[in-house]
Amino acid sequence: MTKFLVFIEQRNGQIKKSSFEAAKTASGLASKLGGSVEAVAVGSEISNLESLGGFGVDKVTHLKNETVTNYSPSAYTQAVVKFVSENGFDSILLAASSMGKDLAPRVAAKLDAGLAVDCVALNVEGSNIIATRPVYAGKALVDVKVTSSVKVFALRPNVFSAGTPTDAKAEVAVTIIDSPNLNVKVVEVKKSEGKLDVSEADAIVAGGRGMKGPEHFGMIEELAKLLGAATGASRAVVDSGWRPHSEQVGQTGKVVSPTLYIAVGISGAIQHIAGMRSSKYIVAINKDKDAPIFQIADYGIAGDVFEVLPKFIDEIKKVKS
Amino acid sequence: MKIAVCVSHVPDTAAKISIGGDGKCIDPAGVTFVVNPYDEYAIEEALKTKEKLGGETVAISLGGDSHKETLRKALAMGIDNAVLLKDNSYRDSLSVAKALAEEIKTQGAELVFFGKQSVDFDNSVVGQMTSELLGYNCVSVVVSFALDGSKVTCEREIEGGKEVVETSLPAVITTQKGLNEPRYASLKGIMAAKKKEIAEKQPAPANNFVEVIAMKRPAAKQAGKIVGTDSSAVPELVRLLREEAKVI
Repeated sequence: MTKFLVFIEQRNGQIKKSSFEAAKTASGLASKLGGSVEAVAVGSEISNLESLGGFGVDKVTHLKNETVTNYSPSAYTQAVVKFVSENGFDSILLAASSMGKDLAPRVAAKLDAGLAVDCVALNVEGSNIIATRPVYAGKALVDVKVTSSVKVFALRPNVFSAGTPTDAKAEVAVTIIDSPNLNVKVVEVKKSEGKLDVSEADAIVAGGRGMKGPEHFGMIEELAKLLGAATGASRAVVDSGWRPHSEQVGQTGKVVSPTLYIAVGISGAIQHIAGMRSSKYIVAINKDKDAPIFQIADYGIAGDVFEVLPKFIDEIKKVKS
Repeated sequence: MKIAVCVSHVPDTAAKISIGGDGKCIDPAGVTFVVNPYDEYAIEEALKTKEKLGGETVAISLGGDSHKETLRKALAMGIDNAVLLKDNSYRDSLSVAKALAEEIKTQGAELVFFGKQSVDFDNSVVGQMTSELLGYNCVSVVVSFALDGSKVTCEREIEGGKEVVETSLPAVITTQKGLNEPRYASLKGIMAAKKKEIAEKQPAPANNFVEVIAMKRPAAKQAGKIVGTDSSAVPELVRLLREEAKVI
């Protein structure tokens, strides 16, 4: 009998999709190992917590305080650690998002628990959960076993399926946090207006040095917009100051696995490929037919970017209209 | 004020990785090891903070003798002192954090910088764990840092934006690319670093909770088809994306 707890991430009162993925994964493990699934969320107002029932969660506890509207690492850690200590859980699952990656190690350190972060698979072997996680930016994978009494698993977003929710409703309990520790506090969230982030996007159009200059990235942005995709960039163009670091895909940028990744004018340096090789479909447009990117691309055009890309944009416009 | 920087020694990002004979770690043969790229921002921020407010800087690394190269680089950039917590054995993140927390306490550092993650095991957790063990405040993945008295204001990168975070010393900060431009070591700095003593200490033995069972290569991806060599191939590419891949 394993007691699972899923930490539910919310922003502006809305549950993040990656938390549904974590909930569904926990309920899958619980049915294999025998066990129960509870969830916990922290914040002031949170909508739709009962919907977690559709992903296999029996009960959700909302740790509530009016002053905890934004993320506060210190208040969240204190609240979650207290909840786990008082209620006793064996395994804690959460999304390895910006918030999850910040919170999980704090909670693990406080509970003296082993942590596997950025998991891409969780399998049951005997009575153990074996976590698979990428290392060296995905150039290799490790299978790890967590041996502490409380175990924490942070799941890479977009990898685990949330499935189709059932109509089941979870029981929702509200517990007031008495005096939240607000020593570390988010005072403002600055959103990049109207821009999708590469780490959350289902499609990415990325440009590299083959774009020849920042002035040509308008084409990358146009194609991305048509496809509802995020814009990405190689390290070379970020280091040259053509694009912001938040768009960098690769070992010192973001590791992504969208359904569609279109690499334009990117040759495919090893550190770039490490960051996007797990994308489902990869399209490469590059004039050098021997570029390493073609080794991993599903579809490629070995031609001049400035001749191919405008035509590609036109064709997509036709398809979309 | 004492400022600590925790650094790790990792394979260069351009390195090809092959699995070692034991099937649990990489084969280091032919791999160039460097200062963890994110730690360079940590070193730079420590130096900038000292230049502004005074104090003393110390670099700490946990690992084998080879980590001295990375500590030497930190000294060459301008860090005052270096400590090697000498241990060649495998340690999980929490076990690393426990050893570092112990040394930071000994050093009496009030402000500690870490790179946001080591580009080997890519956990991105040791800084946060260390802060909890020390009872320090912590902001991770920081792209801007300001210290005013004991008040700390940072921006941290999140999905599609930034969070502005306020806290106070003592604090652990984990650094992200974009925070600063790490300086190059000067020739004078490199020469001075050669003469400096690197203190060696024995950390408490590891007590790991995360055991590596196997390391493996990712599934090989088959090269697909080159549809053509100019824009005349575009309609076919779009057809394949629509009908075969069903992604647009």
